[in-house]
Amino acid sequence: MKAVIIGSATLAVAAGLGFYTWTVSQNANGVPCGDTSVAGAAIGGPFELVSETGETVTDIDVITKPTLVYFGYTFCPDVCPLDSARNAAAAYILEDQGHDIGTVFITIDPARDTPQIVGDFADNFHDDMIGLTGSAEQVDAASKAYRTYYRKQEGDPEYYLVDHSTQTYLMFPETGFATFFKRDHTAEQIAETTACFIDQLS
Amino acid sequence: MKLNTLINAAIFSLTASVALAESEIHVMDTMVFETAPTAMAGGGFMQIMNHGDTDDMLIDVRADYPRVEIHTTEFADGVAKMIHIEGVPVPAGGMATLEPGGFHVMFMGLQGTPFVLDEMIPATLVFEYAGEVEVMFKVVARGEHGNMNHGEMNH
Repeated sequence: MKAVIIGSATLAVAAGLGFYTWTVSQNANGVPCGDTSVAGAAIGGPFELVSETGETVTDIDVITKPTLVYFGYTFCPDVCPLDSARNAAAAYILEDQGHDIGTVFITIDPARDTPQIVGDFADNFHDDMIGLTGSAEQVDAASKAYRTYYRKQEGDPEYYLVDHSTQTYLMFPETGFATFFKRDHTAEQIAETTACFIDQLS
Repeated sequence: MKLNTLINAAIFSLTASVALAESEIHVMDTMVFETAPTAMAGGGFMQIMNHGDTDDMLIDVRADYPRVEIHTTEFADGVAKMIHIEGVPVPAGGMATLEPGGFHVMFMGLQGTPFVLDEMIPATLVFEYAGEVEVMFKVVARGEHGNMNHGEMNH
């Protein structure tokens, strides 16, 4: 009887190991997470920006865990809040699943978005969302590193609008860029794909 | 017979009230999302029904802010471009929807007067034919209106 129990326990462990190895090898073989494929993209990298408290921070200070990075501006009353709220919702979903991820909002309108304004804007969606601004040069460098587009519209010096990219990037502290999300991805899809990458990369 | 008379009277009074207001336009679900304390701008949304037989257009929104405009957002290759438009058409017998990701009213210059949850923001909608319609935009929280299910909002 005892031998049988030991035998089946060993079998269970062996089966478990086998499954574990199979899972790892599946991931190592590059089972894709999500539906956005990126070929040979060099997105992200070092940046230097200004935090909500006015301190200069770098990507190493900001991306300390899997992080969703979005570029927008606070004067935009529709798209940016919509996307930011969705990213925050994804973070909350992942939090419920036991995954700790960060969310970052980088303004591409530093002339109007002071550290306090961008910080307040970010906090409006998620207590831990980090709002970043900087000098025009710092913001431009960060935007270029992430291959995002922005262009200030001609017109009113005070109430101007800015065209801008709306991708959200999933970044990891060590490995950098993982994937990006488009506007039509739901919070649930972002959470699922992000969890997939976390499982793969950790 | 008596019931019919009552119904006719009711229909008559309803028609009369619309005629008195000189408007075939009905506005519903006027709302803005709450903003951060230092926010400079906020978006307004609503549904507009046109029960009349003349195409109409929302051509202006007036409110107590430095600038109020009607905008739409266009997307091309992942880039969002907000565009100031002349108006939102409201076809006869049809409706127009101002919703996140599409047409919206942009209230600009909020500095110091953010949209606070549950407050009401008075505004005047101006239609090309129906004229002025007084409305109140209710300040609502994000998340209550489907932000958790972002994808569906585009439809």
